[in-house]
Amino acid sequence: MTEADWPLFEVFIRSRSGLEHKHVGSLHAADARMAIEHARDVYTRRQEGVSMWVVRSADIIASDPEEADSLFEPARDKVYRHPTFYAIPDEVKNL
Amino acid sequence: MYTQGLDTHGKEPLPTAAEGEARAARFQGRIDAEEKIEPKDWMPEAYRQTLIRQISQHAHSEIVGMLPEGNWITRAPTLKRKAVLIAKVQDEGGHGMYLYSAAETLGIPRAQMLEQLLSGAAKYSSIFNYPTLTWADIGAIGWLVDGAAIMNQIPLCRCSYGPYARAMVRICKEESFHQRQGFEIMLTLSQGSHAQRAMAQDALNRWWWPSLMMFGPSDADSMHTGQSMRWKIKRFSNDELRQRFIDVTVPQAHFLGLTIPDDELHWDEATQHYRAGPIDWSEFYAVLKGNGPCNRERLEARRRAHEAGRWVREAAAAHAQRSQREPAPQAAGVGGVAGAAA
Repeated sequence: MTEADWPLFEVFIRSRSGLEHKHVGSLHAADARMAIEHARDVYTRRQEGVSMWVVRSADIIASDPEEADSLFEPARDKVYRHPTFYAIPDEVKNL
Repeated sequence: MYTQGLDTHGKEPLPTAAEGEARAARFQGRIDAEEKIEPKDWMPEAYRQTLIRQISQHAHSEIVGMLPEGNWITRAPTLKRKAVLIAKVQDEGGHGMYLYSAAETLGIPRAQMLEQLLSGAAKYSSIFNYPTLTWADIGAIGWLVDGAAIMNQIPLCRCSYGPYARAMVRICKEESFHQRQGFEIMLTLSQGSHAQRAMAQDALNRWWWPSLMMFGPSDADSMHTGQSMRWKIKRFSNDELRQRFIDVTVPQAHFLGLTIPDDELHWDEATQHYRAGPIDWSEFYAVLKGNGPCNRERLEARRRAHEAGRWVREAAAAHAQRSQREPAPQAAGVGGVAGAAA
């Protein structure tokens, strides 16, 4: 492995406990530990996080935006999954 | 996703002319509807190349920009100023990293961008080829250079390319401290001794025009503006942003009791703008072509740093390889990821 081959890692940060980890960006590192240390220096210089994940970008499996239409199509005609689909008389409360 | 590994561009069959046109029209439609373009989305090759050029130049500027300021870290006048300057220079390095990441999503490897910088093939902001001769230059850079950068960068937070826009949001949040600490240095000097006031004025004299040039050539001569505006990479023209910068900065100079080094500068009551004298564009193009006061020195410093750091990078790579062969008991202590979904 030469320096040019340092793998790319995606960085996820939990900004405070109670919130989920959120993708913030990516960086190169020789290994996981260096990725965590670099992530601290690059993405949390102002206390942006209480916890970090790093994952090799190559290990992420992503959906294809070209197929987004067909992939998400099944949910499109199911408006009855939303509460606003149901007409309830105004005088009925707490529903 | 932030990776060139997921980028399938180039393996796809080339679209026929008709298909290509339909795609390009659909793409422009998304842009016009203010949708963001993400790395795996189809995009015209020219859009991709424009962004690679712009984002990598922007990243290089952040990295080279560490040099003129780094020059004063050891000579900062107080411990507070030194701590602030170190934090600022570290931020510039961080900004370079955000931007290289964003450029990589377009399919260019980081090593290639570095190579372009070190070989002198890539451009970076002309401003960093000027020297920092006195401590007041550190104030002038924060106030003027970062001020001009912010003026340029705030509209980029709404750029049509998602990863670039997101990087810019982060950068703009951090730049505000840079500008304010610079103004504070100028304020302190301008309220100081006669020699300190003179030093502040001298810094303004040298940084004013190069700061105006940071916005790029005037609209009439700008090669890239029209198409970049249609693609919503750019939101305002060079001259518009430059005017905005002049309008906000002149009163700040008045507050400091300093004189803008432009005899023709005047307030235009009719348009409610400050009107500046003509810019000497021959200086801009000379600096761009490599003949500024510090072009050679800056690139030399970058190359030296790159070479001096080589053994560290090689050692880290060797260590990573060995750890893969003989994993330590609690290697990769990123525990807690599993089962932590959401």
